[in-house]
Amino acid sequence: MRILRRAWEAFDDRTGLSKAMGPVLRHPVPPNSRWYYVFGSATLFAFLVQVVTGIALALAYIPSTNDAYQTLQFISTQAPFGRVLRGIHYWAASAMVLLIGLHMARTFLMGAYKYPREANWLTGVVLFMVTIVIAFTGQLLRWDQTAVWTVAVVAEQVGRIPAIGGAVAHFVLAGDTWGGQTLSRFFAFHVFFIPAIIFVFIAIHLWLVLHHGISEPPQAGRPVDPTTYRAWYQAMLEREGEPFWPDAAWRDIVFGVCMVTAVVLAALVFGAPALDKPPDPTVLSADPRPDWYLLWYFGALALIPPALENAFMIISPLVAGVVLLLIPFVSNRGERSPSRRPWAVGSVLVVCMMIATLWVAGAESPWSPNFDAPPLPAAVVAASGGPVVAGAALFHDKGCEACHTIAGLGGQRGPDLTYVADRLSPAEMTWRILNGGTNMPAFAGNITTEQLDQLIAFLKTRARH
Amino acid sequence: MTDPCGGAARDEGPGGVRRREFLTRVSVALSLWGAAIVGIPFVGFLVAPLFETTEPVWRPVGPATAFRVGTTTEVAFADSSPLPWAGVVARTAAWLRRDGDDAFIAYSVNCTHLGCPVRWLPDANLFMCPCHGGVYYGDGTVAAGPPPRPLPRYPVRVRDGQVEILTSPLPITTD
Repeated sequence: MRILRRAWEAFDDRTGLSKAMGPVLRHPVPPNSRWYYVFGSATLFAFLVQVVTGIALALAYIPSTNDAYQTLQFISTQAPFGRVLRGIHYWAASAMVLLIGLHMARTFLMGAYKYPREANWLTGVVLFMVTIVIAFTGQLLRWDQTAVWTVAVVAEQVGRIPAIGGAVAHFVLAGDTWGGQTLSRFFAFHVFFIPAIIFVFIAIHLWLVLHHGISEPPQAGRPVDPTTYRAWYQAMLEREGEPFWPDAAWRDIVFGVCMVTAVVLAALVFGAPALDKPPDPTVLSADPRPDWYLLWYFGALALIPPALENAFMIISPLVAGVVLLLIPFVSNRGERSPSRRPWAVGSVLVVCMMIATLWVAGAESPWSPNFDAPPLPAAVVAASGGPVVAGAALFHDKGCEACHTIAGLGGQRGPDLTYVADRLSPAEMTWRILNGGTNMPAFAGNITTEQLDQLIAFLKTRARH
Repeated sequence: MTDPCGGAARDEGPGGVRRREFLTRVSVALSLWGAAIVGIPFVGFLVAPLFETTEPVWRPVGPATAFRVGTTTEVAFADSSPLPWAGVVARTAAWLRRDGDDAFIAYSVNCTHLGCPVRWLPDANLFMCPCHGGVYYGDGTVAAGPPPRPLPRYPVRVRDGQVEILTSPLPITTD
């Protein structure tokens, strides 16, 4: 023991470690910090998990469009610990996105971004944005069929930027179309560029936290006044401050370790998302969907009116970013307590409800045609032959069933036709089929008179009585 | 404020240029130079794809006799100048429709809404997109859903009995 102690003393003397870190760890923080202070550190822990598991995955991953898919299969099914490492990387990414959102909502709701911590907020906004980008590029590195088509979707979206859209799309694809350069560049962004930005901004963010001190829990009726705040904060720390380590840090450690444990458990139990089909752009039976954290945006893209689409795709992310960056400039003083800031609480609620609603819509995606709907079974058709049976077959073959449901089978894009005969007369049905509608193709020219008669004969039988 | 590094006497030089000011300027300028000579190739490499142009080439997709009049079939062909490690990603698909003896139309498979691959439903005579519900008629015009314009077409020709498609960039709907 004595040898160890002397070795440590010599090490500490030569490196100055405890002299440098001691004051940092034991710097006074406001008393009564609560559990809601842990989301920032937990985001950092999740990022560190990503660095470690990312390095491990990079041992086997080959970022070439030809090989990446095979290396992912190798990692997922053959390499020892590969499945669980991929799982941890996926679930910690999910945790990081979720936690940085919670941390942001918490600091906003409690006015922690107000004087003098405006720069903390601004660096946090940058970290939030790059976290979304790194999560998204990570999904592309899976380089399966979904990833390939998602690259096309991204290129199409940036293509809508006025004037420079085409060039930006070209930049994203790294060429005219997908090719040998596409994936290696996304790989470099995901593992070098963006992590470098994250490291730098985490360093600045942590420095700012130390520089200004952790914000004290807000109290209604104690507004922030820039002229007196710093002196008041210092006096409060001298009066009743507690050392960060361990008085406040233990909660960060407990929550962070619980989070990491949950991530590893999720990785063991659920694993990473299954790989889709190989990344062959000529396999057209694809159904690309983003990972859960962007599913709400996928929903938004389907639901916005086409006339507003270009404006939405370009302006709304821009506006969201600008609004977030402007927050501390608009209000950096006054009440911090959420109980005195109804607009702040309301706006967070509205954003949460909007994302939740779009998320459910994105998960259900009723606008997508159901290509897998089977032909209607005899029990549903309930006829032994003749035009009704022929019409039921046409209902499937002509693509009606891709968008319309009958007796629980089919798509959800158009109205449910289980009891259509109760609502529409044969003449009305004929008119609709031939002319189409807002979101229905016109079938005139696409269907013979005989087929139309058969289809109507079938639809006439779709009544309650 | 007192100067911790010696008196002002050491900070004088000829011609009114102060020594420390001079050294500061030289150091900043040299640092910028160092950053530039490394940074220029870096940025150049990063944005290089913007300036690369690929010559379109005609790719055969099969003998004309393989396509029946009145049908729409998926065909696949290689991109114009694929890199050796591009693998399957160097392939592109198109929907080839034959309207008459020499009347071929090659539609892009990319939905004009956001680029997802449209599928052909032969009996319905419709293209449908799996992502946001875009639908096109057999002639590529929009039938329903969010697509802002018809399916783009690739140049197509018949030469020596072979149907050939001209490789083209991924069709991007720009504003």
